[in-house]
Order: sequence, then C-alpha cells, then structure tokens
Amino acid sequence: MQSHPYAFLALFLAVAIAFPLIMLGVAALWVKFYQAPKPGPRKNATYECGLAPSGDSWIQFKAHYYLYAILFLIFDVEVLFLLPFAVAFTGLSTGALAAMLVFILLLAEGLVWAWHRGYLEWK
Amino acid sequence: MSDATASQPAPFPAAGNITDAEREELRRHGILLTSLEELYNWGRSNSIWPLQFGLACCAIEMIAAATARFDIARFGAEIFRPSPRQADLMIVSGTVTKKMAPQVVRLWNQMPEPKYCIAMGACAISGGPFKQGYNVLKGIDRFIPVDIYIPGCPPRPEALLHGLMKLQEQIKAERLSGPAQARHTRPEHESEFPVPEYGAHDLVPPKNPDVWEPPSAPPHA
Repeated sequence: MQSHPYAFLALFLAVAIAFPLIMLGVAALWVKFYQAPKPGPRKNATYECGLAPSGDSWIQFKAHYYLYAILFLIFDVEVLFLLPFAVAFTGLSTGALAAMLVFILLLAEGLVWAWHRGYLEWK
Repeated sequence: MSDATASQPAPFPAAGNITDAEREELRRHGILLTSLEELYNWGRSNSIWPLQFGLACCAIEMIAAATARFDIARFGAEIFRPSPRQADLMIVSGTVTKKMAPQVVRLWNQMPEPKYCIAMGACAISGGPFKQGYNVLKGIDRFIPVDIYIPGCPPRPEALLHGLMKLQEQIKAERLSGPAQARHTRPEHESEFPVPEYGAHDLVPPKNPDVWEPPSAPPHA
C-alpha cells in the first residue's frame, strides 16, 4: 500500500494537537482533585519586578517605531529576496519578473518616502 | 527506607500492603512500583526553578552555585526564572533591608503554589551583622514562611546545594492527604501574605503574626 508522501504531516498535526490537550486535561484533573486554585488580589497583581503595580497592564503602545519597521524591511528583508532574484534572473518567467518588480517597486516607494521625509539623516 | 517496619502504617497509600523492603526487592529485579504521589514529588523535587534575584553578597555564592564548578543543574534547579509566575523557589540570598522587604514579599505573593523559600545566610535568617541596625529586616521569616535556613556569612555554594537537597527531601516527604499533607493542597491554606509598607520608623506592620511570633523568654531553671 502506497501512502501519500505527506501523510506523516497529518500524524504530526494529530500529535501536536493531542499532546497539549492531554497535558491541559491532566492539569485540569489535578486542579479538580488535589490543588484548588487560590487566586487573590496580591497574587494576581501585575508583575512589575516586585514594585507596587501602577495602572493597568493593558496600556497603549506608541506606534512611532513603524518607521524602523519600514526601514528594516527596505534594507534587510529586501536583500533576502534580492539575492535569489538576482541568481535566478535569467531564467525567470514574465509573471515571476512582474511579481518581483511589484515587490521591489513597493519597497522602493517606501525608500523614496523615507528619504523625502529626511528619516535617513542621522540626528 | 530502612526504618520502616511492618507495624507502621504504609507510607504510600497507593502502594497498599507492601513494605519498603519488599519494594526494594522488587526494584532489584527490575520492577518499579510507584504511586501518583511519589511520581508527583519525584518530578517537582527534581525540577525546582528558583526565582532569579539576589539581594547581597550571598547572591554571589548563589551565582557560583549555578556555574560549572558547583553546577546546581545536577539537581535540576539551574533554571533561574526572571518572572515569579514561573518560579517554584525563592532563595532570599542576602540582606533584606526594610526598603526591600515589601518587594520581596510582593514577589513571594506573585509566585504560584507550590512554592518554597530558602533563607540563605545570616542576614536573611536574622539580620546577621546588621541585626542591631535600624534599616535591616531581622529575618525574612517575619513575613513569609521559610522552609530551609542556610546559616553562614555568606554560606558557601556547597551549603546552598545542601539546603537544596534538604528541600528536595522535604518535597519528597509531602503527601497528598493525611497529616503530612502538603500545604499547597490544603484548601484552608492561605496563599496571600500581607505586603508591609515602608513606614516612617519601621515596616508597617513589622511582622506577619500568622507566620512569625517573637520567641518567648526561655524558662529559668
């Protein structure tokens, strides 16, 4: 009998789902029979290295770091794709070339935008 | 193992009517008998994760115990956790100043059960050389229950390892029911400890009366 070459992935998936479920089930049984949870305001307080927690742990995070995310994409992630692109350049189909150009142009637009706004200047 | 006799009750309920000598004989023939309790204690006594913090010079000895020469990893306790939520053991390693005590107690509160405390060194036990001073807590056991005291100033890493082995023995002796029932499985066991405040003259309150009472004067002969 010839099984599908990727049949083992289904097995992996089944084990990957069953294993944590069994662990969580055992933990739930343990809680039910032996160790009742004892929550409390001090125990559940936000952890701030032992200091008295101030405010809520669900804070708004400043999104100003998006700039670094964009520049990182342009200068780091793009290289990751440019190298195989350059290696396979002569053998590329028209569709692949177009897809790659769209990707590069999108990032190039980001570079032009960042340059225009002066974010490349070291301050 | 050797001190059990037939007249004593069986230490492990699940093991039934079998004596320790018989268990040992079976073990020699490759048959392992165990109970849920034993398995539970074996697992957690060999994976005690300490909270990663140090208060004074004892912490240097604690760090040395974690390095290759002393290698606390032999006892499964090398995983120092930076968060109390993942820690089982609080090693109070060093001088607890009155300004630091609220933080230590708060961290103790934030650790999940089962949790254990080792008071490492003279300062953590009693205030040590600073006992007569104004700014040092005279023993962390005034606020949190201490399982193992390790004397020394500072104790050598071997002493910390010895304390850890004693703690492992204590964990292995805990039971899920009966008189030796582990405190974290008792429903009435209080898991919240009041956090003192750093007041104008002393900590407020200066002690947790549920945990510690000043020793009474010894009776005169």
